[in-house]
Amino acid sequence: MRVNRRAAVLVALGLLVAALAVVAAGCGGGDDGGDVSTELEGLGTSLEEIQDLARQEGEVNLIQWPGYSVLTDEFTSATGCKVNTKDGASSDDMIALLQSGAYDGGSFSGNASVRLMTTGDVAPVNTEFITNFADIQEGIQGQDYNSLDGQPYGVPHGRGPNYLMFRTDQVPEDTDTWGVIWEDDQLAKYKGKISIYDDSIFIADAALYLMATQPDLGIEDPYQLSQEQFDAAVALLKKQAPFVGEYWPGDVVKQIQSYTNGDSVVGTTWPYQYLALTKENVPVAGIKPREGTTGWSDTWMISSNAGNPNCMYLWMDHMASPEAQAVVAEGFGEAPVNLKACDLTTNPNHCEDFHADDESWWEDVYYWTTPAQDCNDDDDSTTCMTQADWKAAWTEIRG
Amino acid sequence: MVESRLTRALLRLGAGFTLFFIYFPLIVIALYAFNGNVTQRWPIEDWSTKWFPVAFENQGVRDALKHSVMAGLGATAIALVLGTLASTAISRYRFFGREIVTFAVILPIALPGIVTGLALQATIKDVLGPFGVKFGLATIVIGHATFCVVVVYNNVLARLRRTSGSLDEASADLGADNWQTFRYVMFPQMRTALLAGGLLAFALSFDEIIVTIFTSGAIQTLPIWMYATLFRPTELPIVNVVALFVILVSIIPVYFAQKLAGDTGVAGSTAQAAPAATQEDATP
Amino acid sequence: MTSVSIAEPPPRPGPGRRLSTFFFRHPRVRLWTLLALPVLWLGVVYIGSLLVLLLSAFWTADPFTAKLVHEFTLDNFRRVIETPVYRDVAFRTIRMAALVTLACAVLAFPLAYYMARIASTRTRNLLVVAVLMPLWGSYLVKAYAWRTILSGEGAINWALGPFGVSFNGFSNTGLWLVFTYLWLPFMVLPIYAGLERIPQSLLEASSDLGGRSVRTFFRVTLPLVFPAVVAGSIFTFSLTLGDYIAPTLISSDQFIGTVIYREYGTALPFAAAYAMVPIVVIVAYLLVARKLKAFESL
Repeated sequence: MRVNRRAAVLVALGLLVAALAVVAAGCGGGDDGGDVSTELEGLGTSLEEIQDLARQEGEVNLIQWPGYSVLTDEFTSATGCKVNTKDGASSDDMIALLQSGAYDGGSFSGNASVRLMTTGDVAPVNTEFITNFADIQEGIQGQDYNSLDGQPYGVPHGRGPNYLMFRTDQVPEDTDTWGVIWEDDQLAKYKGKISIYDDSIFIADAALYLMATQPDLGIEDPYQLSQEQFDAAVALLKKQAPFVGEYWPGDVVKQIQSYTNGDSVVGTTWPYQYLALTKENVPVAGIKPREGTTGWSDTWMISSNAGNPNCMYLWMDHMASPEAQAVVAEGFGEAPVNLKACDLTTNPNHCEDFHADDESWWEDVYYWTTPAQDCNDDDDSTTCMTQADWKAAWTEIRG
Repeated sequence: MVESRLTRALLRLGAGFTLFFIYFPLIVIALYAFNGNVTQRWPIEDWSTKWFPVAFENQGVRDALKHSVMAGLGATAIALVLGTLASTAISRYRFFGREIVTFAVILPIALPGIVTGLALQATIKDVLGPFGVKFGLATIVIGHATFCVVVVYNNVLARLRRTSGSLDEASADLGADNWQTFRYVMFPQMRTALLAGGLLAFALSFDEIIVTIFTSGAIQTLPIWMYATLFRPTELPIVNVVALFVILVSIIPVYFAQKLAGDTGVAGSTAQAAPAATQEDATP
Repeated sequence: MTSVSIAEPPPRPGPGRRLSTFFFRHPRVRLWTLLALPVLWLGVVYIGSLLVLLLSAFWTADPFTAKLVHEFTLDNFRRVIETPVYRDVAFRTIRMAALVTLACAVLAFPLAYYMARIASTRTRNLLVVAVLMPLWGSYLVKAYAWRTILSGEGAINWALGPFGVSFNGFSNTGLWLVFTYLWLPFMVLPIYAGLERIPQSLLEASSDLGGRSVRTFFRVTLPLVFPAVVAGSIFTFSLTLGDYIAPTLISSDQFIGTVIYREYGTALPFAAAYAMVPIVVIVAYLLVARKLKAFESL
């Protein structure tokens, strides 16, 4: 036994040394992001060449939000690229998936895309090869969640708000404030029946409410918070936590079920669940409260290690087409960014319902973005809480 | 008889309840496969087989099935080779480090799947990645083979313990070389054990999800496809059909493996049952 | 041909035969030829990977880009130990594992006892297969089946409906039920094997000496079968400890597995450090189990 234990230690040490050596060898070569050239290994140099090469690639591997990809059969028969999709539950999840190197690209919200552009995990795109790019709304082009120094890093996909959703038979129908999930008396009233998105980005929703109710905190951007502002938001969330019935981690099925049978009566949601519930005649309302809301403006981006770059380019173009935009906007419940889609939706009022062409409606919708140490501003004197801080705090809030 | 009549009646009741508990969810999910409605409401009101053709024509399901079968075959093949080698060495030799080898074979199933998966992913991504290794079918096979070895190992080892090493020696004395001894003496003895171990290894690989999540990259196996799709409300009917299919595919090999391995009667099947339990926990 | 040949020289051995002779003369070489592949695979691929994981627990990840920073630090371990929430989550998980183990033992015992001591040989063989089959059946399918059963419109609430009771299945109680279900066969089989090993004569002796059946059970049967219960508990306990899929599908509370899963994508070093918690707990559990002679019952 004695001998065996010594042997075990020796073997373990030997393996440790071997592992260390291998790791050390693997540590070289960092990444070199920030290159503005849109050339990509294996990518054709003209649209015709891209189309030819895409037929050889024959497939494209995508990361997407649940319920996003559409018209894949038409795309496959037109381009020869088979579409494989993987749903991400959160932006962190999607970053991990993309960094695994197995995917050609994905639809990223700002709290993923900003990081991915900085690290160089996604590549800048040559919009000449994306014929539908010119039709994208101008207000959406060149934003900091889809471009770096004016260079587009992908094709905008669509935008949407996070709704306050409540059962109209349980919560007053004229409710128009987030206070219903933050204020003491309301919390007590709906204890155990509140439904909250399970991700650290939800801290921004607390900050957004503080922005309206506690102006002396001086919050200007719910994603870039100083220590004091952050602590206030976290305290608000900790106060809320005992009253929350369910945290839904991108699990739309569970949330739809819990609203259907009344286990949840109020909370935060994506329009997708709201539309699904109204289709089933569940009495729910989904609104943008008077404080404004958080939301997303997503972008299809191409991995800088894409194995099928040509199919990915064609996919980005496809997703910007009026046909695909119309289907995805209605399917998920969001505003298309190619307004030509508005003529193709089965509900002729879809674009109006989702305010696709009404910039003023979006003024108080704060799109998801990444909390950054430098507060994402030019002021060197300010520092903000980082993504890692947000995540650690979220784990604590969840308890 | 030691047990009183009442005790026996109570035991029968308890046993019946536990057995019901074990089979109840499987029956429910099998019934849901015949639910015509998209919403999952109990009791089922609209009986239909309409989702079966939909499921079998679904391209995602077909690809996932293909990947699952390929990964299962690959992992089983590796597990058969490694498991046979290791069990032969362990049963026929006493040597320095023998316990470490035994331990190393069992470790992949003793640790939680998330640890195994995370470890393999970290290695593939950060150590092998710079050398051009990518996530894909090959990395799934590597992950599955690692915990499938023990299934083959246990089955073959149990068989070798029941047979004698002197047969191999006799074969050598009669002029057979190593390969001939293996082919004509050892292999016939362990044939059914290998088949049983192989079937179980395949079933294990076919079902595995956690390690697969960490090693699969963009490749979808059937469990991975299910895990992604069960969050999509409109596709649940297809998930139900696939679930029924997966239950059948994983249960049938077990039935045959049990028949093959249990060829020594009750004692054999008991001896088989307990180690089979030790083998399992890779599935979760 | 001048000298007298005494005998035909033996036929020149073929390469296979020569190799066999070599192996026969060098049993060490033969042994390590057998072992080379398994040891290489499990030692380098598997244990090597575990060491890579352990090693990465001493690094950090850039908070913004999620890329690994290869600088030695103990911060991850410090955070695991010093932050109350990670302790709470660990204790919640361990408590769940203990409760699941208890429930499994209670449910498994009657079935195992019935199989080992009361059922006919034929029934017994059938029952062994009946317990084994779902044990190997897909884990995900089973968890998913419970999700449909436990949901508000599922079978359980339908059955409870007439009594005016409703059960929130997506809770820790529901999760406890699901875990108990998932790992139950792992408990049945060792207990069954343990009970079968008890000689009938021993129980009869106790009975002859005046031990009532309850007494016989507690004084003779239970102590003898206890190591088998511990053997089964190794699975029920350690499988619960590391799982994250069932908690994701059923509960919305945090467990060790869900925390690791949340962190690994953008903070691998911390996930690796936290993964050491279940490893340490399981190793400790195995050591205790070994003391209780549970390994002989595996």
